[in-house]
Amino acid sequence: MNLSDSKMKLGIAGILCGVVAAALALLGNPANMAFCIACFIRDTAGAMGMHQAEVVQYARPEIVGLVVGAFIISVATKEYRSTAGSSPMIRFILGVCIMIGALIFLGCPLRMVIRMSAGDLNAWVALIGFILGIATGVFALKNGFSLGRAYATQKINGAVLPAITVGILLVATCTTLMKVSEAGPGSMHAPVIASLIAGLIFGALAQKSRMCFAGSIRDVILMKNFDLFSVIAGLFVVLLVFNVATGRFVAGFNTPGVIAHSNHLWNILGMYTVGLAATLAGGCPLRQLILAGQGSSDAAVTVVGMFVGAALCHNFGLASSGTSVNPETKELVAGAVTPAGKVACIICIVVCLIIAFTCKRENTK
Amino acid sequence: MKEVDARGLSCPEPLMLTAQAVKGADGPVKILVSEPHQKMNVEKYAKDQGKKSTAVEKDGYFEVVIG
Repeated sequence: MNLSDSKMKLGIAGILCGVVAAALALLGNPANMAFCIACFIRDTAGAMGMHQAEVVQYARPEIVGLVVGAFIISVATKEYRSTAGSSPMIRFILGVCIMIGALIFLGCPLRMVIRMSAGDLNAWVALIGFILGIATGVFALKNGFSLGRAYATQKINGAVLPAITVGILLVATCTTLMKVSEAGPGSMHAPVIASLIAGLIFGALAQKSRMCFAGSIRDVILMKNFDLFSVIAGLFVVLLVFNVATGRFVAGFNTPGVIAHSNHLWNILGMYTVGLAATLAGGCPLRQLILAGQGSSDAAVTVVGMFVGAALCHNFGLASSGTSVNPETKELVAGAVTPAGKVACIICIVVCLIIAFTCKRENTK
Repeated sequence: MKEVDARGLSCPEPLMLTAQAVKGADGPVKILVSEPHQKMNVEKYAKDQGKKSTAVEKDGYFEVVIG
């Protein structure tokens, strides 16, 4: 079935993905995180001991489901292509930048939309940065930016990342080797089987609809094309209805429990980094997982970059903290961006700009 | 016939190159792309421009002719 040939089908795909995210929130995933790619990669990196932040360590089956779901559906519909060779190390760096930007803001573009649908005004502020980042990427594309061609490789090469994610799931469920948070967001999760099934469905839908948060805004700016935007609109609407209906919609900036901060400049710059890096890499964190699932080793390298970026964020104190309530004094403790995080964010923006304006299509022939 | 070889390029480059070629062409334009969704995007672009297109699957890539 082709989901991407009409705006209505794309909108329905978005609605179905929204239902999946809402179901995960109901089944135990953290509030307003439901299905955050950056957070879940960070948690999985923590589970493997890549960082030692005890509250964010859990091998998220959703990540496995997304990659494997995209893999299965692409094989079944003959869209699986094992490819590699389009500037892999630059894509690795872009993956690191995406994750650092996301953990400055505290969420990937998918979580930004989830937070927006729950009334978190910080996410609406961050959207400005995300759009500006994508617009910068579009400007670079119009000036001839390219990471060069990918080429066909051994068929099994494209199946390596899906196989690794299955391995992570097996180790997490059949052994005690993985770290598991006992408190904090990492301890909040839906049952493993529900998370896995949700990931598989979301992955298959995202593969067939080409869902991409960066691509949707990029296509609007670049070609006045609203096809991909209709997927995001569908997802946003269903989550908005869910949040209002279940009393989870709270409009405001400092909402305890949302895991967000109100440092506007850095919310904007964090998502600017994500928007720019994702446009240069050809897709948002979700799209990178899906492309990796359908055989792109270049996208798989970006995913590896995101894992390393998550580890760097927590090992070097780059990740921001969310607004919370002190359990003893009941006072509101404002979330904050760390000094190291600010420096890292600026470095990421500079690195992305260098990549954007030095990698030209003419140079790759 | 004008030819655009967009094989292996990431989105949205194939569509950008297609639009560029179609706008400056007098006759048909041949576009080569690797991914099924890129083939579909090129076909959709042609339709949106009021042009006909034919696509053929070759050995590991697609050849779309916009006429």
